[in-house]
Amino acid sequence: MTTASAHPSQTAPGRGVGVSFEDMHRWYGPVHALDGLTLEIAPGEMVALLGPSGCGKTTALRALGGLDEVDSGRILVDGQDITHVAANKRDMGVVFQAYSLFPNMTARDNVGYGLRLRGVGDAQRRKRTDEMLELVSLSGQANRYPHQMSGGQQQRVALARALAIQPKVLLLDEPLSALDAKVRRQLREEIRRIQIMVGTTTLFVTHDQEEALALGDRVGVMSAGRLEQIAAPAELYDRPRTKFVAEFVGLTNRVPAMAERDRAIILGTPVPLLPGSAGSGRVTALVRPEAIRLTPGPDGAAGAAGVARVVAVSFLGSLARTQVALPDGTLIVAQMTASESSTLGPGIAVTVGVVPSPVFAVEPD
Amino acid sequence: MTAPQGTSLGAAAPGGGALLAPPKGRGRVRRGSRFQSAARVLILVIVLGYLILPLLAMLEFSTRGDYGTRSLEAYAAIFTYSNMVDGITTSLGIAVVTVFGMLLLLVPTMVWTVVRVPRMRRVVEFLCLLPLAIPAIVIVVGVGPIYRWLGQHLGPIGASPLTLALIDIILVLPYSYRAIDGSLRSIDTATLADASRSLGATWPRAILEVIVPNIRGGILSASVLAIALVLGEYTISSLLSFNTLQVVIYLLGKRDPFVSVAVSFAALLFAFALLFVISRYAPGAVNRGQRAVEEPAE
Repeated sequence: MTTASAHPSQTAPGRGVGVSFEDMHRWYGPVHALDGLTLEIAPGEMVALLGPSGCGKTTALRALGGLDEVDSGRILVDGQDITHVAANKRDMGVVFQAYSLFPNMTARDNVGYGLRLRGVGDAQRRKRTDEMLELVSLSGQANRYPHQMSGGQQQRVALARALAIQPKVLLLDEPLSALDAKVRRQLREEIRRIQIMVGTTTLFVTHDQEEALALGDRVGVMSAGRLEQIAAPAELYDRPRTKFVAEFVGLTNRVPAMAERDRAIILGTPVPLLPGSAGSGRVTALVRPEAIRLTPGPDGAAGAAGVARVVAVSFLGSLARTQVALPDGTLIVAQMTASESSTLGPGIAVTVGVVPSPVFAVEPD
Repeated sequence: MTAPQGTSLGAAAPGGGALLAPPKGRGRVRRGSRFQSAARVLILVIVLGYLILPLLAMLEFSTRGDYGTRSLEAYAAIFTYSNMVDGITTSLGIAVVTVFGMLLLLVPTMVWTVVRVPRMRRVVEFLCLLPLAIPAIVIVVGVGPIYRWLGQHLGPIGASPLTLALIDIILVLPYSYRAIDGSLRSIDTATLADASRSLGATWPRAILEVIVPNIRGGILSASVLAIALVLGEYTISSLLSFNTLQVVIYLLGKRDPFVSVAVSFAALLFAFALLFVISRYAPGAVNRGQRAVEEPAE
């Protein structure tokens, strides 16, 4: 069972409420979709659940929304046990991965639907609906039907619809995955801005690391129904606690190393090992591309066995990734600023170094 | 730049290949396409003839007057036969009850199946298609005792021809299922229902306010098919001794074939009119679910 406690969020103290998952289990036939999930979300906090397909993150979100049942465990919202409360009585705003606007209703009617169900009068409903559409910058689209809007616009209306009912918790189930890269980035920033503005406790589910790290106050990494680690994005990235997290989050180079006690010698540099790393002897160190240092001209790390040579350089705008073949044939990737990589090119001999920041080590390949 | 006179652009292609040369075998393609067009027209004519000739014959027969003249007397006489009027109202009544019964049974069941127990979809489909495999006479033998019991114990209600709707609901299931299933597949039913529920809708409201408007086309098609089937149903009504439209038409045909054919023709026109209504209003409901806008830069 993995336990993760609440964490102060950077969001405004609004009407957010605390959420607790307590030892949740869910089976789908032989598949253990939730395996003792325990998680606390602080009022107003935005937690991103990250993991590969089938890891149980959407099951957890749907359980919180009342859209799926759980076999055992409890869900508390604001201290109240809602495990067996029907979905329509939970006051959760959900934005789905698939376009979920009601095709027979305009954007305004979609946003006002939840308010109508709550018996809000016409005038007040219209006012609130217009406010919400303005919040997502779609005031001019109020009378359009979903099929007259782009995917990004539809998801913004869906967000407005979810927020219009002033939900206790906002649930975002991969809302950006159907959008193209540019719209996705824009909407991601918009979601963060709006969430900070309204201060609603939010659970965001995604398989996109960049999205999770950019949006979450904390990011929880799930695997096989279990919460492997939950931490602030920087901590999760820099100090993974399990092999799965170390390998799943961000890019890593698998570099042969020699470990002794709490440190390893990687490419000639002694580097501290993170807790949970493999023990002494030969190990594989998981080194971030930005922790690799390249200097033109062979020396040191290449050692007597030969020289390291650049295989390819990929330009990524302000950054560049350089692929290098070590003398033993191991391919590693270094990331640096584009200007730093300007002197590098295929075939150039380089000295490879490692920044002595802590790394995670696993059993050798 | 223009090509020199007498030189085709095709000749300028390297290696002797022509840039603008006509595709090889074009003449053959043209001949093939002409043959296909002719075949299509021929098939269309045969099918239309097969469908329209009997209708024209019915029209011709039902409008025959004295001494080779044309007359609408048979149509005017329809309502002078009280049995005919009763038969029409009875069949329309059964059709209305059948449509409502079928929709009440099928729509919630199918939505529930799609949203909550998708693995049962095949089972529901099988059950709905089953009536196709059971001959009407078998159904009558099976339900005969039930109808006798209804007649003996429920008085006028049990003896009412409207009880035929109980059988007709089963008979229309295969056709209605297909029509509604097609519409449910054209929208993301599960997500729409989840969205509606998460916003606070009860199941009945989610179905009535969100799902039903978006499968309107399928519901209309299912309803028309049900009406057409009920208006044309003869075997079961006759064997259970209910005077529905088809039974009355058959009986009347023995006394006054002109009126009998006039009623049949009018019933067909009624069914065509319903189909026209479907084609006029149904597609919009289905197409609303489709994306029609390119992603603009936002």
